[in-house]
Amino acid sequence: MHYLTDRKRAEGRGAAHKGTEHQWFMTVSSVALVFLIPAFVYIFGTALGRPHDEVLATFARPVPAVVTALTLVAGMMHFHRGAKMMIQDYSHGLTRKALIMAAVFVSYTVMAAGLYALVRIAL
Amino acid sequence: MADVNRGARPLSPHLQIYRPQLTSITSILTRITGNGLIVAVLLGVWWLVAAAVGPEAFARADAVLTSWFGDLVLTASLWALWYHFLAGLRHLYWDTGRGLDIVTAERLGLACLGGSVVLTVLTVLVV
Repeated sequence: MHYLTDRKRAEGRGAAHKGTEHQWFMTVSSVALVFLIPAFVYIFGTALGRPHDEVLATFARPVPAVVTALTLVAGMMHFHRGAKMMIQDYSHGLTRKALIMAAVFVSYTVMAAGLYALVRIAL
Repeated sequence: MADVNRGARPLSPHLQIYRPQLTSITSILTRITGNGLIVAVLLGVWWLVAAAVGPEAFARADAVLTSWFGDLVLTASLWALWYHFLAGLRHLYWDTGRGLDIVTAERLGLACLGGSVVLTVLTVLVV
């Protein structure tokens, strides 16, 4: 016996059966990035073109390091969902699955590599 | 009586025959800029990892990023970043249920296009 009615099970979940999960994630990450991006552009833009020791000194400081880490994580989580949307719109079948996996792998690899670099610079 | 109005019915707005509009172009640009930014991210992370690894690796990555080609890619990406930034703000505004009429939507689209160029020039000048 089902305790949930069909209507109760379907309500608010939309055509993808996942509700507004994606929309909400993109909203939260975009608001975070609204604050992170200007700070990161300033930090990265000022550091780029400087000699090696100055670059290391910049990213060893707490604020540039934390802003860069947050931008990488929030940015890549935002990217892989956005890329997935695009892939789902234009490709089908095995190609779609392979491309989505590639987008996920690239996103996490970028996150891991960037965080590794920050930790190594900080130590 | 399916044939009564044959030929005079409105057509489905298929992508290839659809007249480009400011709203559709600015929407497509949001997707292109957002996804295209991965190129700048890969370059930037490569540069950062190289900095962490050592002077030789850094010299190699830095030479690519500060070359004329690196400048070109990064400046284009900077514009893409600001465009996507403004288009995202537009989406957040739309999500509140405001600004959805055509006149406002087109004005916001122009603001994204113009604003992104202004912000790019400002960033290049300041940073």
